[in-house]
Amino acid sequence: MATEGLGLEMTELRLGLPGGGGGEKKEKKRVLLDILGGDDGGGGKNRNTGVAVGWPPVCSYRKRAIIKMYVKVSMDGAPFLRKIDINGFKGYSDFIRALENLFGLGDECEYTPIYEDKDGDWMLVGDVPWEMFTETCKRLRMKKRV
Amino acid sequence: MFPEEVLEHVFSFLNSHTDRNTASLVCKSWYEMERWCRKRVFIGNCYAVNPRVVIRRFPEVKSVELKGKPHFADFNLVPEGWGGYVYPWIVEIARAYPWLEEIRLKRMVVTDECLEIVAKSFRNFRVLVLESCEGFSTDGLAAVAANCRNLRVLDLRECEVEELSGHWLSHFPDSFTSLESLNMACLGSEVSFSALERLVARSPNLKTLRLNRTVPIEKLSTLLQRAPQLVDFGTGAYSAEIRQDVYSRLADAFSRSKNLKSLSGFWDVTPAYLPAIYSVCSQLTSLNLSYAATRSPDLTKIVSQCYNLQRLVVLDYIEDTGLNTVSMSCKDLRELVVFPSDPFVGEVDVLLTEQGLVSVSQGCSKLQSVLYFCHQMSNSALISISKNRPNLTCFRLCIIEPRVPDYVTHEPLDVGFGSIVENCKQLTRLSMSGLLTDRVFEYIGTHAKNLDMLSIAFAGDSDLGLHHVLSGCDSLRKLEIRDCPFGDKALLANASKLEKMRSLWMSSCLVSFGACKLLGQKMPGLNVEVIDERENVNSLPEYVPVEKVYIYRTVSGQRFDTPDFVRIMGKDKDDLYNLS
Repeated sequence: MATEGLGLEMTELRLGLPGGGGGEKKEKKRVLLDILGGDDGGGGKNRNTGVAVGWPPVCSYRKRAIIKMYVKVSMDGAPFLRKIDINGFKGYSDFIRALENLFGLGDECEYTPIYEDKDGDWMLVGDVPWEMFTETCKRLRMKKRV
Repeated sequence: MFPEEVLEHVFSFLNSHTDRNTASLVCKSWYEMERWCRKRVFIGNCYAVNPRVVIRRFPEVKSVELKGKPHFADFNLVPEGWGGYVYPWIVEIARAYPWLEEIRLKRMVVTDECLEIVAKSFRNFRVLVLESCEGFSTDGLAAVAANCRNLRVLDLRECEVEELSGHWLSHFPDSFTSLESLNMACLGSEVSFSALERLVARSPNLKTLRLNRTVPIEKLSTLLQRAPQLVDFGTGAYSAEIRQDVYSRLADAFSRSKNLKSLSGFWDVTPAYLPAIYSVCSQLTSLNLSYAATRSPDLTKIVSQCYNLQRLVVLDYIEDTGLNTVSMSCKDLRELVVFPSDPFVGEVDVLLTEQGLVSVSQGCSKLQSVLYFCHQMSNSALISISKNRPNLTCFRLCIIEPRVPDYVTHEPLDVGFGSIVENCKQLTRLSMSGLLTDRVFEYIGTHAKNLDMLSIAFAGDSDLGLHHVLSGCDSLRKLEIRDCPFGDKALLANASKLEKMRSLWMSSCLVSFGACKLLGQKMPGLNVEVIDERENVNSLPEYVPVEKVYIYRTVSGQRFDTPDFVRIMGKDKDDLYNLS
């Protein structure tokens, strides 16, 4: 598992919305990026995946309405996986709430949501704009905080 | 010299904004006459002019139409918080036009407070159209429903609405009977069906009813029976376990809807229910099945009966075979839109290719407008299309994979698109995709003299491409570009052209901070907005390319509602003193 030994525990991740406490989030992002090596070069392009934001030009209203993007969600310690349509949500807050409901999680925040992107890398949920996330997420995992 | 009454009468026949604008330039007295009798104002960019200036010039306005964010906002390229707030406009027009009847907004941020002001300020308010707007909730809708006694049209197209409850619909009073058009398709929450049924029953002039997904298929026949005069109907979710009684009632209700010309909705379709609409197919001029995940045979059976169809919007599930049927059956077709069912998946399991479009271009002689998503294209197909349909006015082709060449010859698609602009002399809107070099832009600059709007992505080799477009396209007003190697030279060399256009958008290109600053300094009639979310943006050197730049002409100077990631370049005193 790619995330072992990446030192995620030192970033104090919670099952909460990204962006709470601006400076703090930027610190975490920089740490993660340092570990992974390099930055993404900006320009709205997700590095190495060839996926560009907003391409093809299908408006978000339509994307949500017609496209079902069911991805598997595993939770550490759970005996079976679930599936969730990541395209059925308007943003991270709706989505996190749905994930919590899926596994009956309360406010304990023992789990960190991470996802596997099109490159096969495991990423922290919440760093990239929502639309980019829906386009690059292949599967999810609720990783238990150590 | 004509007396005023005669002039006013003559002007009353001028309905287009361009005609009115032209007439007002003839002489001072025509300007004066025209401004006093202009009833409808259209402002294509809400930041191009100040509301008070508009009000001062046109004191007797009954209808206001405004557009806010640039088109690429539809594809999430404009970050949240950029702008497009309608509030300052609403406040001013509420004060100045108590007899205003119509408001139409596109891509603007509309708050509940705005809707409350609208609801309470205009005694004869009739038409509210909100397209691709956001920022309001169902509470705002409730205020409109409760207070606008003479409302005719409530049309919410693809808006992002905060759904607090479906109760808003119940706020229309029992005495309210003037409704002609209701489009609530974009709302997610369930409304009280009995309130909806009663509203429909007491609205004898209701011509358009577009329901949302939560209205179940079993209830459709009830509504259709209540409104036999309906012309435009949008179903809710069109699915249920197949039940003979529900099906029969529905088919019967459709067969009695003799005035129905337009159908849409059809979310989550159960194919067995589709034949219920067969009886109205031959009446239809407009059909939107683009939310129906239904396969080709079912779709083909429907379109084969739509002899009078003028507008067809479908998913690529229709495949080439379905489009071939369209080309043979829908001889009156003017507009074709084919959306992708699964744009982000690598493998293609849908048999829709360039052939579908070629057949329709062959068989449908009145075809003028195309929006087509597909996975492959060839120059020869494009050439055929252009020769078949020289009457095309709008051609938007999206080949889903960027920079894909002609799949037969592996060459760029320059010649194909060149043929489009050369043969389709009335072309006003063009969107291109696939592998394209500077050559295609040379063709466009040479031939596309009527082109009003151009969209470019992942194309071109150098500034020359952009230069051809800016210097050659005489009628160009809107240009939007993403991920192209266009930079400072072409932009600065054609600076004066930008003042003749509404706007230019460039993102992920090679335009530098320095060039933006220079442009902003030299052109007081333009706002040069750099949109850049990088954390270190203030310490970047001037030669670094900006993430995004949005340039538009304006008579109202810079705006002051910008977020921190938007900088309006070249307007600071410091910048002016540093003119190089």
